[in-house]
Amino acid sequence: MSPILSLHDVSKSFGALTVTDGVTFDVPEGQALGIIGPNGAGKSTLFNLITGGLSPDAGRIEYDGRDVTRVPPMQRCLSGIGRSFQIPQPFDRLTVFENLLVAATHGRGLPERAVEADCAEVLERTELIHVANRPAGGLTLLQRKRLELARAMATRPKLLLLDEIAGGLTEGECVALVDTIRRVHAEGVTIVWIEHVLHALNSVVERLLVLDFGRVIGIGEPAEIMASKEVREIYLGIEV
Amino acid sequence: MAAHYTVTTRTTASQIAAAAALVLLAVAVAVPFIASRSLIQDLFFILTMLTLAQFWNLLAGYGGLVSVGQQAFVGFGAYMLFGGAILWGVNPVAGLLLAGVAALVLAIPTAFFAFRLQGAYFAIGTWVVAEVVRLSVAQWKAVGGGTGTSLPRDARDAMWGAGWIEGAFDVRASEARDILTYWLALALAVATIGGIYWFLRTKRGLALAALRDNVGAARSVGVDSERMKWVVFLVAAFGTGIAGGLIFLQNGRISPDSAFSVIDWTAFVIFIVVIGGIGTIEGPILGVLVFFALQTLLADYGAWYLMVLGALGIAVMLFAPGGLWGLLSGRTGVQLFPIQRRLNRHD
Ligand SMILES: Nc1ncnc2c1ncn2[C@@H]1O[C@H](COP(=O)(O)OP(=O)(O)OP(=O)(O)O)[C@@H](O)[C@H]1O
Ligand SMILES: [Mg+2]
Repeated sequence: MSPILSLHDVSKSFGALTVTDGVTFDVPEGQALGIIGPNGAGKSTLFNLITGGLSPDAGRIEYDGRDVTRVPPMQRCLSGIGRSFQIPQPFDRLTVFENLLVAATHGRGLPERAVEADCAEVLERTELIHVANRPAGGLTLLQRKRLELARAMATRPKLLLLDEIAGGLTEGECVALVDTIRRVHAEGVTIVWIEHVLHALNSVVERLLVLDFGRVIGIGEPAEIMASKEVREIYLGIEV
Repeated sequence: MAAHYTVTTRTTASQIAAAAALVLLAVAVAVPFIASRSLIQDLFFILTMLTLAQFWNLLAGYGGLVSVGQQAFVGFGAYMLFGGAILWGVNPVAGLLLAGVAALVLAIPTAFFAFRLQGAYFAIGTWVVAEVVRLSVAQWKAVGGGTGTSLPRDARDAMWGAGWIEGAFDVRASEARDILTYWLALALAVATIGGIYWFLRTKRGLALAALRDNVGAARSVGVDSERMKWVVFLVAAFGTGIAGGLIFLQNGRISPDSAFSVIDWTAFVIFIVVIGGIGTIEGPILGVLVFFALQTLLADYGAWYLMVLGALGIAVMLFAPGGLWGLLSGRTGVQLFPIQRRLNRHD
């Protein structure tokens, strides 16, 4: 299948610190790719480069057959890139439902009426329907994580980027969330998922990418990657 | 069994509020028939400050644009009204539109400059623009240069509607002008609040509220933050310019120092918004009433008055960042201007 997302030799530095170092990889349409790597490896930065929050110093990013390297975030969202944030970023004073309404109306360029039912459906799927009318600022961590997923889903993305959506949750809390992600994926949405909770990640993704010091040090079958020497070294001490 | 959903915005409190607002509006329109001239002047002050506060709140509370240079638009608008009347014989009432448009035009280069600056630098940038405009206007000899000027007698007499009021109310010309400017201030405040309320209930208004809460997240879900900033800045300048024109039309006299006063047209306005509750429509309304009460109470204490305002503003920022309205609505959940979209489930 043709890639929906490709990065070609993408680099980004903050001052003297190179956080993304010649990163090249493809994501075929419909695939679920996991990204792992130690803290500070540059995983979230990679997402910011893909969504347009940051501009790369060098390299090219293609999405859906188009060079989007310099396209502003808002247009990337409109063309189907949705994301969740590692630290949940809800619109605190808006209700949960309104959080989705913003995403659905602006992320798809549709009027409110046209997306209301769809937002309600996403809230049902993410188990947030009972808090739909509460201000998002008062949610628990689990609810905030669900809202991150729900808001990204409300833009009806073709490519969904998830940044440690399961981080900080208990095992039990993870299950339903992972289940929802699996179902979204089954509907044909391409997923790139950064996660430290490896068993959650590996129950969904078909391919794994390992990032270390901003460089891709491995990409391939999850089982193969997990067995490789580099990954064992990096993850020694972290749950495998 | 599939549930189906509807979305509503009205609440019981808001319907009561809407009815009360209509009654209040009717009373406000009728005030000149019963009230003393000094009460009319006080109400004029409250209404114009309320208008300025609503626009500053739109800028800072929603748009995240903390401008301390709104006096640029107050002053420039007012000066264009005076200039229009003196140089080209523009009727001062029509001059209000001129004031708004002039402020809007000034806002375009101001935005190009100030939008390049972030955070505190944006605030300083807007203040610098206001100072530059003040110094430039002070060179304008036709409107009195640095000392200022009065609205010429024939311009005052020509004000549309003033003659009719003079006859209908059987009052002197100066009092008729106070009544006219009061009605204009009322119309401006109602149009401002109504317009902002309408906007916040649209899809773009929802995006503005999202920007207020989290810029990065708003951009990631497709909100055009750049365009929104422009719209908010230009609209605020237009409204602030009209309010400025009206304030000095009522005053009858203008000078660079009074028209471009950062204390009067920005510091007091910020105080009103902060103490009332930033990022809400209700906040500035409550804030202007508190501000007026304090001003009346502390009128005889000179510099103490400013210190009390400052201390109070800081206390609110520290202990009740949502302002007085935030405290009130936080406890009770009341919204007078409901913009919240509620999802209702029907099985
Ligand atoms: N805006 C920024 N300015 C300067 N340095 C930054 C910025 N953003 C990230 N960094 C630095 O870049 C490095 C990579 O950060 P990034 O958030 O991408 O890591 P990560 O792989 O997501 O880590 P984690 O697993 O902890 O989330 C870190 O050292 C971080 O401090
Ligand atoms: Mg990260």
